[in-house]
Amino acid sequence: MKFKLKVWRQANQNAQGKLVDYDIDGINADMSFLEMVDVLNDKLIKKGEDPIAFDHDCREGICGMCSMYISGRAHGPQHAATTCQLYMRKFKDGDTIYVEPWRARAFPIVKDLAVDRGAFDRIIAAGGFVSVNTGQAQDANNLPVEKAFAEKAMDAAACIGCGACVAACKNASAMLFVSAKVSQMALLPQGQPERTRRALAMVAQMDAEGFGNCTNTGACEAECPKEISLTNIARLNREYINASVIAE
Amino acid sequence: MATAAKSNSVFFKSSIGKKVVMGLTGLFLISFLIIHATINAMIFYNDGGVTFSHWGHFMGTNPIIRTLEIGLVAGFILHIVDGLMLWKQNHDARPTKYAYSNANANSKWYSRSMGLLGTLLLIFLVIHTSHFWIPNRANQFIHGEELNLYQMMLDIFQVWYIVLIYVLGCVSLFWHLLHGFKSAFQSLGLNHTKYNKTIDIVGTAFSIVVPLLFASMPLVIFFGLIR
Ligand code: SF4
Ligand code: FES
Repeated sequence: MKFKLKVWRQANQNAQGKLVDYDIDGINADMSFLEMVDVLNDKLIKKGEDPIAFDHDCREGICGMCSMYISGRAHGPQHAATTCQLYMRKFKDGDTIYVEPWRARAFPIVKDLAVDRGAFDRIIAAGGFVSVNTGQAQDANNLPVEKAFAEKAMDAAACIGCGACVAACKNASAMLFVSAKVSQMALLPQGQPERTRRALAMVAQMDAEGFGNCTNTGACEAECPKEISLTNIARLNREYINASVIAE
Repeated sequence: MATAAKSNSVFFKSSIGKKVVMGLTGLFLISFLIIHATINAMIFYNDGGVTFSHWGHFMGTNPIIRTLEIGLVAGFILHIVDGLMLWKQNHDARPTKYAYSNANANSKWYSRSMGLLGTLLLIFLVIHTSHFWIPNRANQFIHGEELNLYQMMLDIFQVWYIVLIYVLGCVSLFWHLLHGFKSAFQSLGLNHTKYNKTIDIVGTAFSIVVPLLFASMPLVIFFGLIR
C-alpha cells in the first residue's frame, strides 16, 4: 500500500512546528500504524534526516504510551483501539493521512508527535492512590465487595492513561481520565477512608494543570481505547459535589 | 495527599462547580420557559387577547411573580457569565488547534456549539426584551400602568423579517436545549440507568415542543390566524 502522510514536525516545545509531507510506498496492510512510521523513520535515517519522534512502548494496547491524532481522530479511525492496535488495512490505498500530536495546553509537545503527559502523573500523585498499611496479607474475604461494584470498578480501572480523551475533547478536558481514576477507588471499600479528600485534591490538580471543563459532548467516551463510560464523569461530579458541599 | 481547602469559593472556582452552576441555572431557565410558553399560548384562545391579557396582567403585577422575576434576571446573568468563563477557559486549554479534525466522528455539532448557540440566543434575548419586557416595565415604572402587550404583539409580528428573527431564535433554542437539557443532569451527577431513558425522552420532547410552540406564535399572527 502507499500513502501520503502529513506529519507534524516540531524540534522542541518552543520551536515553531509545521506539517511535513512524506510519501511512503510498500506498506503491508497488516502492519500497525506504528510499524508504518518505523518504516518511514528507517528511510529518513538512511537519507540522513531526523526521524519522527513518537511515543510507544508495549505495542499491544495496554501501556497507553502511543498517541498521535490520525486523520482528525485520537488514535485514528479504529474504534476502541490505540495507535499500536490500528492496522493499515483500515485505510485505503493512496489515502492522505494527517498525523498530529495530542494538542492541549496541559500536554506540551516534547518533540514532533511526543507530548509530555506528566500532568496526568501529577493528578495521580495528588490523590489517585489508597494509603494502606503493608503487613500481613488479609483474609481473602475480609472485605466483601458487591459484584456490581467490582465490575464497575474494574471497568474504570481499565483506563491506561493515554490521554486520548483530552486530545479528542474540544475543551481538552481531562474529566474522563480523572473520573475513571476516582471511580475505581470510590467504588471499592479500600477507597473509602480518603474518598472525599481524593476527589477534592485530584480535581484541584486537574484544574491547576490547565485542562478545560467538561461540556458533556461525549467525544472522550467515543475515542477512549478502553471504552471508559461517561457515567464515570457523572460519578466524579457526584463525588466532588458531595465532598464540597455535603460531606462533613 | 494534598489538602484542598474546602470552601465555597473553591467549589465555585473549580471546573465542576462552574458546571454545576451552569446546570442548575439552565434547569431554572427551563422552568421559566414552561411558564412563559404556557402563558403566551393563551393567544390561541383567539379571543382578542382577553385570556392572554388576564394572565399577562397577573404576571406583570403579582408581587410574588415580580420578586421571582429578580431571580430570573439573576439566573440569566449567572448562566451567561458562567458560560463565558467556561468558554474562555476551554478556548485557552488548547492554544494550537488541530490542522485536521474529524470531530463529527465522535460528537454532535450542537453539543460542541453551545457557546455559539448561547450567543445567538443572547442576541435574540436583547431584541426580544427590547420589544416587550423592557418597554412594558419602563412604562409601569414611569406611568404606573402596563402596556397592551397583546396589541404590541399583533403590531410587531406584521413585519416579515422580525418574524424570521423570532423563528431563527427558536431554532437556536431548539439546538441549545437538545444538548443543554440532558447535559444539565449529567453535570449534576444525575446519570443512572433507572432514569437516563426518561431524561433522554423528556429532554428531546421538550426541546422540540417548546421552541415549536414559541415559533408558531409570530407565524400565526403574521398570517392573520390570530387577531
Ligand atoms: S479515559 Fe480512556 S482515553 Fe482517557 S486516558 Fe483513560 S484510557 Fe485513555
Ligand atoms: S504502545 Fe502501549 S498502548 Fe500503544
